[in-house]
Amino acid sequence: MDIITLVIVWLKIDVVFITMLLVVAYLTWLERKVLGHMQIRYGPMRVGWHGLLQPIADGIKLFFKEDIIVDSANKVIYLLAPFIITVCAFASFAVVPFGHELTLFGRTIPLRIADVNIGILYIFALSSLSVYGITLAGWSSNNKYSLMGGLRSSAQMISYELSIGLSIIGVLMLTGSLSMVEIVNAQSGLWFIIKQPLGFIIFLICGIAECNRTPFDLPEAESELVAGFHVEYSSMKFALFFLAEYAHMIVMSAIVTTLFLGGWHLPFVDISSFHPSTLFGQLVVSLLPIGIFSAKVFLFLFLFIWLRATYPRLRYDQLMKFGWKVLIPLALFNIVLTAILQIVSVL
Amino acid sequence: MVGSVIKAIWALICGLRETLGYFFETTIFGKPITQRYPEERREPYPRFHGLHKLLRDDNGKEKCVACCLCATVCPSQCITIETAENENHEKYAKLYEIDSSRCIFCGYCVEACPVGALLMTGEYELADYTRESLMYNKERLLRE
Repeated sequence: MDIITLVIVWLKIDVVFITMLLVVAYLTWLERKVLGHMQIRYGPMRVGWHGLLQPIADGIKLFFKEDIIVDSANKVIYLLAPFIITVCAFASFAVVPFGHELTLFGRTIPLRIADVNIGILYIFALSSLSVYGITLAGWSSNNKYSLMGGLRSSAQMISYELSIGLSIIGVLMLTGSLSMVEIVNAQSGLWFIIKQPLGFIIFLICGIAECNRTPFDLPEAESELVAGFHVEYSSMKFALFFLAEYAHMIVMSAIVTTLFLGGWHLPFVDISSFHPSTLFGQLVVSLLPIGIFSAKVFLFLFLFIWLRATYPRLRYDQLMKFGWKVLIPLALFNIVLTAILQIVSVL
Repeated sequence: MVGSVIKAIWALICGLRETLGYFFETTIFGKPITQRYPEERREPYPRFHGLHKLLRDDNGKEKCVACCLCATVCPSQCITIETAENENHEKYAKLYEIDSSRCIFCGYCVEACPVGALLMTGEYELADYTRESLMYNKERLLRE
């Protein structure tokens, strides 16, 4: 590996990281705006044109808030928890292929940070680790509300992780690979949402539950638990939890896009088969997939906000019942169905 | 069983359609119901109980005859009146003060007034920085 390759990898990581931070910032703006419009309100309007500078104002405010460390907290874990959850949320994006490849000055750069042959397992490992962040934050704050929030969150995430893991097995059976790049390549003709509609729906529901978003936002149920696991956090530590939640949303949307909506592929047209000779043409062919991918991710982010504006929160026992008695049997049924259809070679 | 599940899913879809409808309505055509307060102000209703006003007659003379009925009927006792006699040997209010920090804006004073000298206006932005400025003396109550 020569030095230029290293620099390119480093640059890719930087660009992806900074883009994600920016998207997270403006996702908060988008959420407030969309929620507002769905409730016939304006949303942010004061800071900048239609509130466009609101995320910056919020960030500055959070930075200058007093950073309180609770006296009775377990200091080390209390400080560690926000970092665990943020790192897990951001690191998940490392294996997501957000484009095909970029040819610049005779050098072909694949548009992904890493092509790990167990990419999907890596993502699930990280999302399981982020449960630790929430549970430890809840426990170390030494507060009954945050402990309840942490416990609920771990129970919820573990139950929904089972069905999320089972729901993608259909995709893995069709692809025969755990690598995200292979999964995207397998969808150049037909997206997996057509072949795996049930798997897609189960994955989507569990994905929302994994992100702790409404209607599955029990860990931070405001009306019962004040704020859930982050009651005792303030200033930048609170902002990290916020950041992680939105980063989680982005990662979850990116995974759904990759697994079921063909990643950066357009329907019916295989962009990677074009090889234009001019530099401009090459740039278009390499940057267009990024645009397509972003558009699909944006679609799911909008869906997340849309669901929040529409549905009330589930009761705790309903949530558990739904996870164990509905989603897991459905996911198992999906696996059996996929296997049978593959044996009779329909899929 | 299957029927109720389909019904429930249909209800969920109806909910989504409802919120999306509001979203497009607000984004494209409609005006949000929010009033952006400092820029848009609400016009108070004609009988709104706002800040009091002392009236003058057609000759520009104060209508108030200092009968003290308003001060007597006031449930929160926020009206202070000191009476005196003018050069025409008529009774007039030397001091007429309403403590708006204690006033409950019930309007009894306006109802009690036998000469119609007192009126409630639509003015509702009464917050201020000092307690002294919440005491409305005769000059401020006689304002145009």
